[in-house]
Amino acid sequence: MLQFSFGSMEVLDIDARAAKLGIDWSHVNLDSIQLPPGQDFGIESDDEAVYHDDQSEFDTGFGNIIVVDHLPVVPKEKFEKLEGVVKKIYNQIGVIKENGLWMPVDPDTKMTLGYCFIEFNSPQEAQNAKEKSHGYKLDKSHIFAVNMFDDFDRLMNVKEEWEPPQARPFVPGENLQKWLTDEKARDQLVIRSGPDTEVFWNDARQKNPEPVHKRPYWTESYVQWSPLGTYLVTLHKQGAAVWGGADTFTRLMRYQHSMVKLVDFSPGEKYLVTYHSQEPSNPRDASKVEIRVFDVRTGRMMRDFKGSADEFSIGGPGGVAGASWPVFRWAGGKDDKYFAKLSKNTISVYETETFSLIDKKSMKVDNVVDICWSPTDSILSLFVPEQGGGNQPAKVALVSIPSKVELRQKNLFSVSDCKMYWQSSGEYLAVKVDRYTKTKKSTYSGFELFRIKERDIPIEVLELDNKNDKIIAFAWEPKGHRFAVIHGDQPRPDVSFYSMKTAQNTGRVSKLGTLKAKQANALFWSPTGKYIILAGLKGFNGQLEFFNVDELETMATAEHFMATDIEWDPTGRYVATAVTSVHEMENGFTIWSFNGNLLYRILKDHFFQLAWRPRPPSFLTAEKEEEIAKNLKKYSKKYEAEDQDVSLLLSEQDREKRKALNEEWEKWVMQWKSLHEEEKLARQSLRDGEVSDVEEDEYEAKEVEFEDVIDVTEEIVQESM
Amino acid sequence: MTMECVNPEGLRLDGRQFNDIQSSSHQTLESWIRPILLKGHERPLTCLRYNRDGDLLFSCAKDHNPTLWFADNGERLGTYRGHNGAVWCCDVSRDSSRLITGSADQTAKLWDVQSGEQLFTFKFGSTARSVEFSVGDHLAVITTDPFIERTSAIHVKRIVEDPQDQVDDSVLVINNPDGKKRINRAVWGPLNKTIVSAGEDAVIRIWDTETGTLLKESDEEVGHKKAITSLCKAADDSHFLTGSLDNTAKLWDMRTLTLIKSYTTVVPVNAVAMSPLLNHVMLGGGQDASAVTTTDHRAGNFEAKFYDTILQEEIGGVKGHFGPINALAFNPDGKSFSSGGEDGYVRLHHFDSNYFNIKI
Repeated sequence: MLQFSFGSMEVLDIDARAAKLGIDWSHVNLDSIQLPPGQDFGIESDDEAVYHDDQSEFDTGFGNIIVVDHLPVVPKEKFEKLEGVVKKIYNQIGVIKENGLWMPVDPDTKMTLGYCFIEFNSPQEAQNAKEKSHGYKLDKSHIFAVNMFDDFDRLMNVKEEWEPPQARPFVPGENLQKWLTDEKARDQLVIRSGPDTEVFWNDARQKNPEPVHKRPYWTESYVQWSPLGTYLVTLHKQGAAVWGGADTFTRLMRYQHSMVKLVDFSPGEKYLVTYHSQEPSNPRDASKVEIRVFDVRTGRMMRDFKGSADEFSIGGPGGVAGASWPVFRWAGGKDDKYFAKLSKNTISVYETETFSLIDKKSMKVDNVVDICWSPTDSILSLFVPEQGGGNQPAKVALVSIPSKVELRQKNLFSVSDCKMYWQSSGEYLAVKVDRYTKTKKSTYSGFELFRIKERDIPIEVLELDNKNDKIIAFAWEPKGHRFAVIHGDQPRPDVSFYSMKTAQNTGRVSKLGTLKAKQANALFWSPTGKYIILAGLKGFNGQLEFFNVDELETMATAEHFMATDIEWDPTGRYVATAVTSVHEMENGFTIWSFNGNLLYRILKDHFFQLAWRPRPPSFLTAEKEEEIAKNLKKYSKKYEAEDQDVSLLLSEQDREKRKALNEEWEKWVMQWKSLHEEEKLARQSLRDGEVSDVEEDEYEAKEVEFEDVIDVTEEIVQESM
Repeated sequence: MTMECVNPEGLRLDGRQFNDIQSSSHQTLESWIRPILLKGHERPLTCLRYNRDGDLLFSCAKDHNPTLWFADNGERLGTYRGHNGAVWCCDVSRDSSRLITGSADQTAKLWDVQSGEQLFTFKFGSTARSVEFSVGDHLAVITTDPFIERTSAIHVKRIVEDPQDQVDDSVLVINNPDGKKRINRAVWGPLNKTIVSAGEDAVIRIWDTETGTLLKESDEEVGHKKAITSLCKAADDSHFLTGSLDNTAKLWDMRTLTLIKSYTTVVPVNAVAMSPLLNHVMLGGGQDASAVTTTDHRAGNFEAKFYDTILQEEIGGVKGHFGPINALAFNPDGKSFSSGGEDGYVRLHHFDSNYFNIKI
């Protein structure tokens, strides 16, 4: 399989060329293109290595010959009969070449020697014949032993005595965490635009991204970081690949899964799940799905799951095409011990030691529609909607894995829908419940709040001040005790902040405050908490409000016109806002500081994706972090000095640059002036002797001179009249 | 043709009424400008041109009537009636006596500026896209579009003093190498020795005017990637600025075709201009009219953007049009400029003192 890609050729160029040649590009099947041998258009193919391996196998030219042993030894009279029998057996499997069967005979006794050679048309047939007929019982005492002719050399060379395998010297692997040791403590981000995928350092001090690695056609669909940032995964026709390493991005491992569409990592990045689905030939059938689970480091496939899409989704009468990704949801924590799959009326929980179901069976839960793992513990929350027209209430339950013990459950009445939100450290679970009003004509929303870490898991009900408000967005403060809700009516909904802890009464949720009439429809908490961006995406054209929740005050308001995506860097120091190619215009991204200062802006046409490289969790204990926060002044001194140095350097560099540019421009201007002077006479003669070059000689003409010129011209006009 | 006189009352001279110039993220330009809205055309503007003295402004549009305005107050002086198709381009002679226009009616016409009289009509087999008088005004370069089997071409015509003696014959005809692609602009090089052409094939070419041979082509590597829409010369013919649909404008040396500067914006560039006074270049354009979103007027980016010529950095922008900008021109005194839009309006802007004190 030779991967066909376009190298430096712009797709647009190709379009133009195709149009010129009168080819309708959309109808060209790229896979059908055969390049002349040796022609690669300067693009190195990844498959080259594979190609060469294959070639060497055919070198002997005996690849399509098998050797069949343990045939009966027969005299001359029975030779033809035996030959007929063997031919009959092998003709069923493949096509034997003409005169392709040769059974040697002992020249002295005229007896056969008990083996024969069979030549097939192709090595594939030979291989197939070998596999199918090895161990074939002709009769009790004659069981075929079939080998490839080419294997004989190898088998003959096997030494009589077993030798222990040589231990290969230990080669230290690359430091996959090298990017974390950056001296300037910068973060990386990957972007995809046009055919290129690029990794940058976000150098906020220099107000510029510093390139790390760039490759055109690095991936065939998208790229994704592993959850701890160690790997970057790319998708290809043949499968997925992960990249990483100390200095540049080298390929660390490949995972074979042809036409892979989606990938997902386990949270501890031990396993990679790949997904491929095939559209059915008959549109009424469900599409076929294949999911493979790989060990990231060794590249070994641990298990694969095949089946129709129905088996990997809850389907529903509406007929949701394909499965919702990720199909397998991983239990929280870094152990990567369990993963669960939701299908109709069942929850299948697998464990990764054996990659089989826990207790060898799935959990039966009638009509379950949603499951959610705690981000830190092996606790599964699940939601079952109302049954029997409201006779059986809806249910939210917490199940401990692997014991499958139900820790807590709550029945809910007249529910239309539920959505579960776990807080990032697994302390709380918020369930947004949409209930029907009495007339069943409309719904209103409230929250059920579970305190997981407290005894008996108390549940609290929270209703908004105005319980008819629609809830537009909900978000927990990462690692914190607060959450934010956007509620009310578009176009100017309210934003409220709540805390699970109150000064007087620790066990009660309390409201911190409400911001009235905000142009916001999405919430983006800083990964360290405290700060939040209230964003108005889509219809609000990219309004941004940087808000400090501790002080309940707005730090800055800004706009990234048409912004489609917002992503905090993993440290919570910077925010990227991006306009991706869903819009035709203004594609690119902007980097802001956490408090809303615009740092720099990069424009890229056909901008598809931006993703910060995640960082593994800090090794500092909570106490240590608190101590640092308290004595921040002491720690920050060093960095402030660095900041100042950089800004001095920058302004110095800027001055230099401007000076150089000005000098360069002056040189051009001088040259132009002198040439203009040289050509003065020639120009005069072209103008029939008119001497009025004055204003053109002056680059920065003064007002007065212009008035002079006007006078001159007026005289000319009068003369000509 | 007689001149049609217009009551200046018909013009809205109160700039405040149209003071919709907004401060953008870069710099507040509100104080730069008093805009005057010139409503005289019924169709999208195509070309704007000041005379050398800077007191007259000629405008061409897809309606058939090139129009003459007082450059200072925007008063309409009259229209030139006679074309039977969109008028794509015009040029005025150095002494402001002659006007030449190129039109989609497959003609280029010579006019008497003062009387509005048609002096001569050059006939072609396809649209006359661009026109320019040479140094000395004895020659004119006219480009024609490809049409059926006709290729795009550059024609050089001799312009004689007395219109009675004017002939239609071309002194020189140069066919574009890529004949199916339109030439959008052709202008005279220094001392009329060369012609510089640019168009849809994104290549800038320099031709010898004696022999019609191709002297230079712009480097594919550094050149424009999409159709070149506009070209503007420096007053001394030493360098020129091109605008392209690839969202850039580029500054070139006119003798060597060396790329000197490049200015990048976010929208296709339809019009470019260079300030004769300060080191500023002006870019206009905007999302193509057919692709404009209807959700927000800002989406199209119909701004005239100012860049520092040397540092290539954006200084600011002037909003106001509600369609792409098709034409831009600086007054030769550098103290005012005009912009013409797909929306059919010409906006005449006089700079305030703040503009002249901008520091970046």
